[in-house]
Amino acid sequence: MNLPVLWFCVIALLWLGYLFLEGFDFGVGMLLPVLGRTDTERRVLINTIGPVWDGNEVWLLVAGGATFAAFPGWYASLFSASYLPLVLFLVALIGRGVAFEYRGKIDSHRWRRSWDTVIFLSSWVAAIGVGLVLTANVTGIPLDAHGDRVGGPLAIVSWQALLGALAVAGFAVVHGAVFLALKTSGDIRERARRLAVKAAPFALAPLAAVLLVVQFQRGSALTWIPLLLVVVCAALAVHRLLADREGQAFALLGVAVAGAVVTLFGSLYPDVLPSTVDPANSLTVAGAASSSYTLTVMSWVALFGTPAVLVYQGWTYWVFRKRIATTHIPVA
Amino acid sequence: MNVLDIARWQFAITTVYHFVMVPLTIGLAILVAGMQTAWVRTGNPRYLAMTRFWGRILLINFALGVATGIVQEFQFGMAWSDYSRFVGDVFGAPLAMEGLIAFFVESTFLGLWIFGWDRLPKRVHLACIWAAAVATNVSAFFILAANSWMQHPVGVQLVDGKPRLTDIWAVLGNSTVLATFPHTLAGAFAVAGTVLVGISAWRLWKAKADGPVFRSSLKLGAWVGVAAFVAVAVSGDAQAKLMFQQQPMKMAAAEALCHTEQPAGFSVLAVGDVSQPDCENVKSIELPGLLSFLANSDTSSKVTGVTDLVGQYRAKYGSTYADGTPIDYVPMLPVTYWAFRLMIGFGVLAAAGCALALWLIRRGRGPGRWFARLALFGIATPFLANALGWIFTEMGRQPFVVAPNPSGVDGVWMFTAQAVSGKLTVGEALTSVIVLTLVYGVLAAVEAVLVVRAVRKPVEAAEPDDTPSSDVFTFAY
Repeated sequence: MNLPVLWFCVIALLWLGYLFLEGFDFGVGMLLPVLGRTDTERRVLINTIGPVWDGNEVWLLVAGGATFAAFPGWYASLFSASYLPLVLFLVALIGRGVAFEYRGKIDSHRWRRSWDTVIFLSSWVAAIGVGLVLTANVTGIPLDAHGDRVGGPLAIVSWQALLGALAVAGFAVVHGAVFLALKTSGDIRERARRLAVKAAPFALAPLAAVLLVVQFQRGSALTWIPLLLVVVCAALAVHRLLADREGQAFALLGVAVAGAVVTLFGSLYPDVLPSTVDPANSLTVAGAASSSYTLTVMSWVALFGTPAVLVYQGWTYWVFRKRIATTHIPVA
Repeated sequence: MNVLDIARWQFAITTVYHFVMVPLTIGLAILVAGMQTAWVRTGNPRYLAMTRFWGRILLINFALGVATGIVQEFQFGMAWSDYSRFVGDVFGAPLAMEGLIAFFVESTFLGLWIFGWDRLPKRVHLACIWAAAVATNVSAFFILAANSWMQHPVGVQLVDGKPRLTDIWAVLGNSTVLATFPHTLAGAFAVAGTVLVGISAWRLWKAKADGPVFRSSLKLGAWVGVAAFVAVAVSGDAQAKLMFQQQPMKMAAAEALCHTEQPAGFSVLAVGDVSQPDCENVKSIELPGLLSFLANSDTSSKVTGVTDLVGQYRAKYGSTYADGTPIDYVPMLPVTYWAFRLMIGFGVLAAAGCALALWLIRRGRGPGRWFARLALFGIATPFLANALGWIFTEMGRQPFVVAPNPSGVDGVWMFTAQAVSGKLTVGEALTSVIVLTLVYGVLAAVEAVLVVRAVRKPVEAAEPDDTPSSDVFTFAY
């Protein structure tokens, strides 16, 4: 395997980490008013992700940084073409970020309710934004020969991209509910489990749909394998959930995300960013990659950096492994 | 207004704003880690109270710093895509390294520290704040290495019209970053020290109850502030000497030095319009020979002025852009001239305040009401100095976004006008600058309210309950 292909895989891996991890913390925010009926319950929900959401978000930052370093043209074209959707996405991430930290800082009902609204809305907007841009990247955006967008500010929004937006949002809802069933105890746990089971057929349908669209548009015979894995794992996850095995359901959803990412990036290859105007304008793994010296340097950094990240982030989840119930929450 | 101007305003607004939070985080994280170390080693509840009090302010500030930091990374691709295409082979690497090596550690271990009070052994919990604090500083290094490459490109070769990385150690060991990093770090500690002094002085005057906690904090802050100022001055001098060689136009613009002088004096204040590169109608109070000394460590040496440099730049880098419009090589002189002076002025004020605080509290004395008020306003001074320093160094580099390296690397430079995203519309750019500015404005107000409330809160010195039988968390959102 040559270095550009390796870095294409690294970026897919970073997306996998991001979708798996921030997927459930988006989901928790998206379900905040649904599963959190009282202020204490909402605090239980927020505290399941309190120590980890920021570390989860860094996966996106590193995915962005790695794309910049390994495929500058990809980073430049995708980000500039998606300008307005990304502004909205950024505003949502800013809102979410401060909301978790600021929510409990003033003891007032109105104050906390306002931040609850920010968490709820921004989690939805961010999940939709991620799905939109990621799917547009895979199914293609109108690019000219220089790599600039052809068309207006919303040129990246296609029906496929909108379907992808629904897919990520729907997945985040289910993933978040399963995570909550795994991380809470008592009434919330039961409600989260029931919600996940009930919502799964509807919420995961767009994911299956968008993967099929991608498969028929760009996939190969090989990408059928991860695609089928997604469907099987998602179905099994619901089955395990019915048997009260939240841990297994969560792990199966993890495999499903991996399958989805492999389907998407496997179909994308050998392009990194296809042009819908003219295939000749598409950016490719070989064409958009940085020099082999830069990729070698980055490979060394990733070789030592990535395992370390996995170890200490894993340790964080171990430290905060205890289920949270309303009885754990201190009085404000 | 064109897209270029709007994109520049947006970058300026978001960066200067982000850099209000950053230096406080860099400095305060280390100081809080130090406070907690003192508590773990001595068991003195005063140090625990300090850790808790300043830790809360650190976190309020950190949250906004993180939130606004994401915008910075995305902005290069969004608004400056031609810049990103041009420099990607070099510039992306330090950004990716920052994420992978520093920012992951910072955000993960800060989460562990926030929620770990009753769930981690004391020393492991202490190690978490140190990991986060050190990572914050490492993060600063990588970002400054990226910025320094824009100021002074090294470690590259021009291949197919683009810089190609040939030596990563040259980029990470760039003489510019070796001078900029200590200068920025010292500036950050000046901020943290002054914040400690300002808030502690106010608390000491306001409520005597927590006297020992804020006396210790004030003393610590003042010493840090004074020491940081010395480091700022020494590193700043080194940086300036370097800049006289690497970007002579920037330093001539810092002085609004129109004509080459030998020896050159340092203009302390100017009356009149410094915006004209011909220096008519400007009366300036000068310290003779000082500029020569700053540039070359020699009071009688020659310093080249703006008008002569323009000729040299035109000969070397061309006199028109591709579309035929002439290139203006002179940065905005009123901005560079005044930003440079005010940076130094506010820095001196902050240090003087810290030194004065040490004198006022000698042998058990209190700071007094007038100083408490003064110190509270004085908190703004090091923030202003930091912001003005960045405004100076970035505006002084114009019209370049990647300034040419006058020795060593050939052909690598980029004009800001060529860097902006080609198809970005005025509507999009205006929308984003307005939306971001409004959101940032609201959050500034929120942060201010929260910090004021945190400052007014009584200190807590109750030992965290780390017995596993306890069911209620010591800390939860």
